[in-house]
Amino acid sequence: MAKANNRASEQTAIVEQGLTPALKEAAFAALVTFGLCIPIVAWGTRQDLNNRLILDQRWDAVAWAVLIVFVGRLLVSLNKQRRAAGGGPLVSMPNALLPAMAKLLPVLAPLAIGFLFVFPIVAIFGSGWQGSIKWIDNFGVQILIYVMLGWGLNIVVGLAGLLDLGYVAFYAVGAYSYALFATKVIPATYPALGVWAFWICLPIAGLLAAFWGVLLGFPVLRLRGDYLAIVTLAFGEIIRLVLINWVDFSGGYAGISTIPRPSFFGIPFNASDSGFAAVFGLEFSPLYRTIFLYYVILMLALLTAFVTIRLRRMPVGRAWEALREDEIACRSLGINTTSTKLTAFAIGAGFGGVAGAFFAARQGFISPESFTFMESAVVLAIVVLGGMGSLWGVAIAAVAMIGGPELMREMDLLKPIFGADFDPTKYRMLIFGLAMVVIMIWKPRGLISTREPTAFLKESKSVSGSLVKEGHG
Amino acid sequence: MHSAPLLKVEHVTMRFGGLVAVNDLSFEARKGEITALIGPNGAGKTTVFNCITGFYKPTEGMITLTHDDGSSFLLERMPDFRIAARAKVARTFQNIRLFSGLTVLENLLVAQHNVLMESSGWTIGGLLGLGGYKAASKASIEKATYWLDKTRLMDRADDPAGDLAYGDQRRLEIARAMCTEPLLLCLDEPAAGLNPRESLELNNLLRSIRTDDGVSLLLIEHDMSVVMEISDHVVVLDYGTKISDGTPKEVQSDPKVIAAYLGVEDEEVEAVEAEVGIP
Repeated sequence: MAKANNRASEQTAIVEQGLTPALKEAAFAALVTFGLCIPIVAWGTRQDLNNRLILDQRWDAVAWAVLIVFVGRLLVSLNKQRRAAGGGPLVSMPNALLPAMAKLLPVLAPLAIGFLFVFPIVAIFGSGWQGSIKWIDNFGVQILIYVMLGWGLNIVVGLAGLLDLGYVAFYAVGAYSYALFATKVIPATYPALGVWAFWICLPIAGLLAAFWGVLLGFPVLRLRGDYLAIVTLAFGEIIRLVLINWVDFSGGYAGISTIPRPSFFGIPFNASDSGFAAVFGLEFSPLYRTIFLYYVILMLALLTAFVTIRLRRMPVGRAWEALREDEIACRSLGINTTSTKLTAFAIGAGFGGVAGAFFAARQGFISPESFTFMESAVVLAIVVLGGMGSLWGVAIAAVAMIGGPELMREMDLLKPIFGADFDPTKYRMLIFGLAMVVIMIWKPRGLISTREPTAFLKESKSVSGSLVKEGHG
Repeated sequence: MHSAPLLKVEHVTMRFGGLVAVNDLSFEARKGEITALIGPNGAGKTTVFNCITGFYKPTEGMITLTHDDGSSFLLERMPDFRIAARAKVARTFQNIRLFSGLTVLENLLVAQHNVLMESSGWTIGGLLGLGGYKAASKASIEKATYWLDKTRLMDRADDPAGDLAYGDQRRLEIARAMCTEPLLLCLDEPAAGLNPRESLELNNLLRSIRTDDGVSLLLIEHDMSVVMEISDHVVVLDYGTKISDGTPKEVQSDPKVIAAYLGVEDEEVEAVEAEVGIP
């Protein structure tokens, strides 16, 4: 650790000292902001009552933006200078917080998992029978889907170091596998299995997605870095375009609706006499299904984490990480890099497919709109923000990336500060972007950049993020 | 006494476009011996290494590796990872290639990938906790410990490989290659950048690998104190052609070798060229 710190300070040792260079940097950043703000912020258009286009000028907002960037950049520069000079930072970011948390992990892990298990009960107590659906569904289920996707992609990007920009393709394969099997294949062959459709199709969706992962893996094996990213990106788009255009197969833009919802191991969640509520002698409520879905995705996400943790300690997991560090050295040690890459693609894609099947079952309706490049980008952002390879980091990043913007909708308490016409939902993307910039400056290697070794002789020491490579693609 | 040839390089030529990096090279590395491949910079030594370990496919020629049981492998036809896994040839690199973000111990465990993979039932058995994976992983740590001990890296076992000092990294790379249980260990300039004390230590390590572990060595080296001290057999390359082959003593006094290394006066060039056989 000491050496890693030395290295960091050596790198920053060339920082120019003094207030003038800091002011210069800040002024430059402010100028750039000003330039960007002129077309984006300074002029706004709206239609008045007579449908005339009115140009609004908002120079005060521009001034605020420029001022914020100036002060922020100044602080960042001064901070850098302080650190280079060997002193404490001017504004201290809680850098020590995360490593300290990492030490507490053995305690935190059961606590966090325990909280996840009681979350629906907490939500019901906190916001009532009706109000809790929003919390369990929009927050719980939604975040956990992305946690699972993040953990799945983490195998490909974080462990094996293969930059995959088309992860959404496997999510789509999983979702469409479930939707098509449950709406077409099962009713046509064994309609009696209808209530079990979800449980039968979940593994099928995972396997199909894994198969497509291998199929994508083969042609891109020789590619690295940017080229791999471009081809995977294209693959994601191809899948989406096929789903849009092959109308007979996928329903095109109209998508697939009336997808069977998951049953409670054969007992459907409906108001009928054989439904879940009637069987267990409860009053019918849609909440039961939501809670059930929550536990299903929780178990699926935990399964992903469990498999990842186990695999990391297996030869194949170590080979993934070795591949990320140095592919040529891997080959010199007799590791078949082809099959190693393919297993990473397949397993990562498999989890994406299972998450996709769950998504289809939860929504009851899917269309190609749900599987745009934006989804891939969000999942990749979760992995990168969280710290590549770190399960905790990815989970925290998923909560922040998905839960954060959702939470901004609830920020009514800001109204007294900014006035009654303040609409927090308007600013959520702005604040979200700001948070991303802060993370980039504060933790460029992701929230948890240290790597936990998979085996040790005397004591397990985390590996500093500066030594861990990001892979070549 | 000459033991049986382990590695036979026959008429190997490697061309990169118009450039002939290795020209009709033939030599043998015998079992239980340390064979050194020397020559001035750009002589084609690393190219020969890359051909033997499968990173390049030679344009012409044949490279045969014969195991004790008589089975032989045509290395020029095998993919690189299979040469390491089946033919049992391990190598190190001129510019060290460690897994810097993995710990020292993990580096040695990755090297035992194929053994562990089999014992974990290609992951499935290990994932379900079946089979002998536990025993195998214990054995793998024991083997890693043996090599850590031998390369004096025991104290650094749990540190990231990227944090080691240069000399330690060199030794770790040798330990990692040895963890693949090779019959032939190819070392590309193992003494580069080492101080005299470290290179003396390296001599002892390499001798011990030959004698105690029964592994034959093939090494590229510029450090003559290492080459002359430990090698049993020296092959000298210049411009991709073999100019000398024999014991260290013979090679040392070979005028062609001296000419290649020290250079000659302009007027002597023609005479030396005629002697060396360059038209």
